Amino acid sequence: MEHVLRRIGAETLRWLQGLGRATMMWAMAVARLPRWSDVSLIVRQVYNIGVLSVVIIVLSGFAIGAVIALQFYTQLARFGAEDAVGVGLALVLLRELGPVVTALLFAGRAGSAITAEIGLMKTTEQLSIMEMMGVDPLRRIVAPRLWGGFISMPLLTVLFNTVAIYGGVVVGIHWLGADPGGFWSGMQNTVELWQDLGKGMVKAVVFGLVVTWIAVFQGYDCEPTAEGMGLATTRTVVMSSVLVLAMDFFLTLLMYGDFR
Amino acid sequence: MTESLGPDTVGSGAGSTGSVNAQTADYLIEIDDLCLMRGEKVVFDHLSLKVPRGGITAVMGPSGTGKTTLLRVIGGQVRPDSGAVYLNGKDVCRMSRSELFEARRDIGMLFQSSALFTDINVFENVAFPMRVHTDLPEDTIRDLVIMKLNAVGLRGARDLMPSQLSGGRARRVALARAIALDPDLIMYDEPFTGQDPISMGVILTLIRQLNEALGTSSLLVSHDIHETVNIADYVFVLADGKVIGEGPPKALRDHPSRRVTQFMRGDPDGPVPFHYPADDLKYDLLSEDV
Amino acid sequence: MRMRTIEISVGAFVLAGVLAAIFLIVQVSGINVSRSEETYKLTARFDDVAGLRVRSKVSMAGVTIGRVQGIVVDTEFGEAIVTLEIDGAPGSLTIDTGAKILTEGILGARYIGLVPGADEEMLGDGDEIVETQGAIVLENLIGQFLSNFGKG
Repeated sequence: MEHVLRRIGAETLRWLQGLGRATMMWAMAVARLPRWSDVSLIVRQVYNIGVLSVVIIVLSGFAIGAVIALQFYTQLARFGAEDAVGVGLALVLLRELGPVVTALLFAGRAGSAITAEIGLMKTTEQLSIMEMMGVDPLRRIVAPRLWGGFISMPLLTVLFNTVAIYGGVVVGIHWLGADPGGFWSGMQNTVELWQDLGKGMVKAVVFGLVVTWIAVFQGYDCEPTAEGMGLATTRTVVMSSVLVLAMDFFLTLLMYGDFR
Repeated sequence: MTESLGPDTVGSGAGSTGSVNAQTADYLIEIDDLCLMRGEKVVFDHLSLKVPRGGITAVMGPSGTGKTTLLRVIGGQVRPDSGAVYLNGKDVCRMSRSELFEARRDIGMLFQSSALFTDINVFENVAFPMRVHTDLPEDTIRDLVIMKLNAVGLRGARDLMPSQLSGGRARRVALARAIALDPDLIMYDEPFTGQDPISMGVILTLIRQLNEALGTSSLLVSHDIHETVNIADYVFVLADGKVIGEGPPKALRDHPSRRVTQFMRGDPDGPVPFHYPADDLKYDLLSEDV
Repeated sequence: MRMRTIEISVGAFVLAGVLAAIFLIVQVSGINVSRSEETYKLTARFDDVAGLRVRSKVSMAGVTIGRVQGIVVDTEFGEAIVTLEIDGAPGSLTIDTGAKILTEGILGARYIGLVPGADEEMLGDGDEIVETQGAIVLENLIGQFLSNFGKG
């Protein structure tokens, strides 16, 4: 029993230490705002993180929008409320599914790539030699990726939502034959700029920050071996996914609150 | 593990310790009473040594004696538990992060793995230090890079990616990168290991040539006796975290200490035992418990 | 060279993001940026506005002619005061126009339906619609039905 307690204690301390290191890395990388000369580094990372994720985001967005419209339509048609498909689709996407699914895909596509890339740099001593050259890897490698993720994630979320609504239109209106007027006006009358779109984007920004942070830190802190890199990449995806879902719950509670 | 996330030591001490006095001026690097523990293991035990300016100095010793760690301590990547490392009369261990990055611009380093940046080609690898540390115009950088690559004989390989190079060539590119900014000090970490005889010869010649041509000081860490003895002007032999012998390579072969001569001649048994500490073989064979 | 393609694709990515954001703002959340036409306000008191929200539509004969601008409660009379924003210039609605809270479909959104009157006089900016009928709340209806049923 004592043995187990000691293990738990040690694990907790180790976890706390990791959190501390991650925080210090983040603070030291972001403390100094990017200079003009860093812009091209950030642009490159927006490409690596954002542009390269567009395809998976667009494909998944379309599929999810289509399937939500299909489900809503069949259920709502029983009450003769097919027009409410638009409202339901928009609210579900803007408030929850848009940011969450984008963040999960982002973690899988961009997060794991960031971890693997930085992990490889660490394993092959590229980070170390950079330091020895008088170039701070926190500024050169870590910071541009943090900014790149921070910029990309909201843009990806917006794209996801748009494509998903288009997917809903294709299925709901063009295929199942819901009335376009009711579809759009129902959506426009109910969806509010800040309450639905704005708060959803707040989630997207928070998820973007956290997922990129985890990904960069896991790479930066991984054990410099092939095995360590593999573990770190897995950890990035698992930790990001769990944290995104947990944070989504609390952000919903916090922002939409008052469910009692 | 790099200590890059460690807390910055306050740079206030640098001013007082950085005063250049007559003694330190003759030596490029002066290590004074250095102690470092790695967990339970003692890496450096009150180690002191002085690297003269100019010439090639070698630090030798069996594997696992912290030779690589020594280079990282000099470069400020690893902070020792106590002691001081003066580089050009300034204590590396008491520099702030920014002072350290400033000081490292005068150091070229060649890692055991060549550590080339895998996402950019050979040309950009060599150009990297120039781009980040100078404001030179593009055509000047081009000329400089070509000259550096020419010096290591790889001018024709400038458009290749690091993954397309053999190990020996990659190390030569890394060498060209290390000398990109004409550093005062070049540190070589095991430059001869894992090289075929030809590329070993190439590297050997390059180190000597570069040292003469650039007028820099070289600090070389190795356990390859023949090559090192060939090239070094002065040798330190390290064991158990201490210097056990020093002098010009010729003199060390006849060093009074048996430990030094064992290493220099490569005897399999001696003060450093062949066997890992164990019970008597007889008991091991006769013991019942398995 | 390669950096150029990267920069162009990043530019396209950001542009696509901005366009998508505009789409979401205009088409989905229904902020009408080109709405510069004239509007005027009317108020109406309802005994119950359950389900009505700000920016719910105001329609007449099924055509949207305005939207709900604000809802406040008058605790003294236990009534809700709804401010309506009607498109166009005042002078098209008679003073005895009625306002009802209706539902699109059985579960759809609540909206205000205006029923034209026959008076000569017209409603002006800031006037009040007197003739109102609040939301039909299903629970009340059922409650009423049950109590009547019990009596009978």
